[in-house]
Amino acid sequence: MISDLLLFFVLALVAVASALGMLFSKNAIYSALNLILNFGAVAVMYLILGAPFIALAQVTVYAGAIMVLFLFVIMLLGAERLRVGSSLPYQQPVSIALAVILLVLAVYALLFRSPASEIASTAMPGFGDPAVLAEVLYNEYLLPFEVTSILLLVAIIGAIVLTHRKREPRS
Amino acid sequence: MVPVEYYLGLSIVLFVMGAVGVLIRRNAIIIFMSIELMLNAANLAFVAYAYEYQQISGQIFVFFVMAVAAAEVAVGLALIVAIFHTKQSIDVDEINLLKG
Repeated sequence: MISDLLLFFVLALVAVASALGMLFSKNAIYSALNLILNFGAVAVMYLILGAPFIALAQVTVYAGAIMVLFLFVIMLLGAERLRVGSSLPYQQPVSIALAVILLVLAVYALLFRSPASEIASTAMPGFGDPAVLAEVLYNEYLLPFEVTSILLLVAIIGAIVLTHRKREPRS
Repeated sequence: MVPVEYYLGLSIVLFVMGAVGVLIRRNAIIIFMSIELMLNAANLAFVAYAYEYQQISGQIFVFFVMAVAAAEVAVGLALIVAIFHTKQSIDVDEINLLKG
């Protein structure tokens, strides 16, 4: 019990600290590296919560593919540093106030949520096993899964169309 | 086992930090990373509830969220590159062509 709590708090500390580092880094490269650390900490939490497939997908898809894409774009544009200061002077205090309101509301909703119903709180055999996950994914959720492939195809085409630049005719 | 409320609390904190990042940062790429942070916080809540109720559907939702996030990143970064080619900047304060 104590070791579980200790592990959770260390991971939570890493996650929150790296999120803060992402928010307040002056350089976009450091932000991206902090975000990778954050994704790693959350992936370990997925492992603790009985989701090994999701944890590994997090590491490969998020920390691997998506963040490499971010790093590529940062280096491609060479725009990792921007001038400081906003053209709207009142924006920062207003946004902090709104964030505090959001935090208070979310914590309120967490503390006073309706009590958990009794359904299916018994341990499911093989919970989180990738084989069980695949069984449900390819039977119950087959249609959304296929739609996802169309979504990814559209995203690929969209990315190519958006970044494609017409070559100037030579003569 | 740590109570599920702790994970939900962490999820809330991460989500709010992502929202703050979207609001206070002016660099389009960092705003985009903050959106990823918010998606990640939502995923953590999904997995925590999936564990509490022992329902595998929560993890399947996380799978779909990841697929959508990957598609979103591909299109969004392409948009940022296209904006950079026209404005020579990714400062969101300078993208003001529609300003009256």
